[in-house]
Amino acid sequence: MSNLLEIKNVTKNYGDFRALNNVSLTIPKGSVFGLLGPNGAGKTSLIRIINQITLPDSGEILLDGKPLQPNDVEHIGYLPEERGLYKSMKVGEQALYLAQLKGLSKSEAKKRLKYWFDKFDIAAWWDKKIEELSKGMAQKVQFIVTVLHQPKLLIFDEPFSGFDPINAQLIAKEILQLRDEGATIIFSTHRMESVEEMCDYIALIDESNKIIDGKLDDIKRQFRTNTFQVGVKTKNPKEIENTIREQFEIFPSDFKMLSEGFTANVKIPEKESPNNLLSLLTKYGEVQHFLELVPNASDIFIEAVNKNS
Amino acid sequence: MNKLKLIIRREFLAKVKNKSFLVMTFLSPILMVGIGFLVFFLSKKNDEKVKKIVYVDESKLFTEDDFKDTKSYDYVNYTELGIEESKKKVEEGGYYGVIHIPQNDSLELLAKSITFYSKESPNISIIERLESKIESKFKNLKLTGFGIDLTKIEASKISAEIKMYNFSGEKSSKLINWLKIGVGAIAGYMLMMFVMIYGTSVMRSVIEEKTTRIIEVIVSSVKPFQLMLGKIIGNASAGLLQFFIWGIIMLIVSIVASSVFGVSMSEMQTSKMSPEQLEAMNNAVAGDKMQLLIQEIFRLPLVTMFVLFIFYFLGGYFLYSSLFAAVGAAVDNETDTQQFMLPIMLPLILGVYIGFATVINDPHGPISTIFSMIPFTSPIVMLMRVPFGVPWYEIAISMALLLCTFVFMVWMAAKIYRVGILMYGKKPTYKDLWKWLKYKG
Repeated sequence: MSNLLEIKNVTKNYGDFRALNNVSLTIPKGSVFGLLGPNGAGKTSLIRIINQITLPDSGEILLDGKPLQPNDVEHIGYLPEERGLYKSMKVGEQALYLAQLKGLSKSEAKKRLKYWFDKFDIAAWWDKKIEELSKGMAQKVQFIVTVLHQPKLLIFDEPFSGFDPINAQLIAKEILQLRDEGATIIFSTHRMESVEEMCDYIALIDESNKIIDGKLDDIKRQFRTNTFQVGVKTKNPKEIENTIREQFEIFPSDFKMLSEGFTANVKIPEKESPNNLLSLLTKYGEVQHFLELVPNASDIFIEAVNKNS
Repeated sequence: MNKLKLIIRREFLAKVKNKSFLVMTFLSPILMVGIGFLVFFLSKKNDEKVKKIVYVDESKLFTEDDFKDTKSYDYVNYTELGIEESKKKVEEGGYYGVIHIPQNDSLELLAKSITFYSKESPNISIIERLESKIESKFKNLKLTGFGIDLTKIEASKISAEIKMYNFSGEKSSKLINWLKIGVGAIAGYMLMMFVMIYGTSVMRSVIEEKTTRIIEVIVSSVKPFQLMLGKIIGNASAGLLQFFIWGIIMLIVSIVASSVFGVSMSEMQTSKMSPEQLEAMNNAVAGDKMQLLIQEIFRLPLVTMFVLFIFYFLGGYFLYSSLFAAVGAAVDNETDTQQFMLPIMLPLILGVYIGFATVINDPHGPISTIFSMIPFTSPIVMLMRVPFGVPWYEIAISMALLLCTFVFMVWMAAKIYRVGILMYGKKPTYKDLWKWLKYKG
């Protein structure tokens, strides 16, 4: 398993402003790679460099092990955050034009467009002008145009904005399917629940620097606090609390158990097995709830950014 | 290369399929020619009405021969009625006015005491006509008074015509000079119009891509420079098509209109010419000089003119439209363009002014020569000078300068364009543009 894209020590300045500072990333083939970061962190600058819209001041980008070439635009599909299509051009004409700019022949583009238009059930829009469509409809067209030339690298910047939940689900499904068919996907978003749902790898950029990157599971492990949410059915919660407090750190928990009892978040010292806690709890009553509090992407994001600044 | 073709095609079609393009293309020449004919038709109808002018000649110096009726004027002798009665008659209607020539022994004093009465202030051409009638009558009277035989004066009239050659042996005439001025002026003016119309159309198209935000999708597929070039060429093709259609429509409409209104083309042209031009025309056409005219047209450096026309037309258009593209890229909407438009428009307008003010009088004078070298005015000024024959080295310098500037400006515009198309929000200043020029990639 090799890396599709390698970003090596990329730095980019706009005048006195440093947009990217020595950023390196590797993006494995066939993965969904979440590119995260607060507004203005430098994500869009990086994406534009990968798309060869701008050039880095220093550093290099390797696609499939080779430095980026002008012709590589045919292997990359890009859905920018700020969507846009020619307003007064017809849907079909426009899709054909954009596909041809990506190097598809007209007949091939037509064939593939027909497939996608049927799939999204929008064949009837072919001769409509973009200005006649709703925002969501135009987004669908834009999605198709992005993936039509079957690029090996797809870059989605906030792909779900402007979609209702049903269509967002549809697009998410399509993105995962594209990955299963072999495409590598860079996925930039602020919606952390979709990061959990879709990403295999993430990188976090803040104030022009990369602060975290790696497999999502590894990062979660790195950020785990060994805290367990526990719930024990008992008539005497005070008793348990006092016992546990002797061995562990306890924090109040906000979850509600169905029956009366003891609830708390318990932090276990590193390297100690949670089984010790569990067996201790079973002595006092029926353990109804025992769950590791795994940090979610949102927690990691907030913690990392706060730590960085 | 293939992508450039795609872009040109799209830009061309986007422009041509636009409703305003269709309206402009088909309606404006019809309107223009139509209005031209209407004005001419009306003024002709106006002239056709015969004006009756009463004269009261108390001096008894004038005869019926002096006040002969013409196509547009009838003269009525009311000397018997007296001036007061005549004035009343004119006031009652039917007459345009009355000219009163009082009795006076001194011709000098008489010449200053003639009066014209009319209801409204009279047409200036009538007064001039009457004045020249009186002047020539009095001159003749004086000449006779000096004892000079008028028939001898008549016989002594002679017309001279200077034949003009330049040192390369080309023959020229006043007529050909007017022809050269006409050809040069039309070429220069056409270039200015073309740059203004299609340069701003390039600019608008850039702004449209920015406001619809499609620009980021496009530049992830093609180089910004390709996109800019494609836009410029695409718009120019649409413009040339429009000019071509205008030419054809003008021709058809003129033929149709002239057969409907009974106005011949030559009449329409001569009516706009000054007396000298008319004279030149008449001289040329009257004799067997029609042939000479045709010969002279062919003696113009036609091939050179055509080649240079194409060169300066394209050079000027590309130079200016790349600047327009850069302006479009720098701003977010059309209202912000004004501060950048002025410096672009200025040399263009200056070129036309210089052309009309100096080239016509002195095609090879220092001002004409200098401005036909400066790249921003040279396309227009040089195009106006070319028919008069410009030394080859001047043309070479001017072309070389234009070419260098063109390459430099396109490079500069492309830099501004590349940065500008992805910049939103802030209205840039000249300082910002300067900073953009220094950005790498």
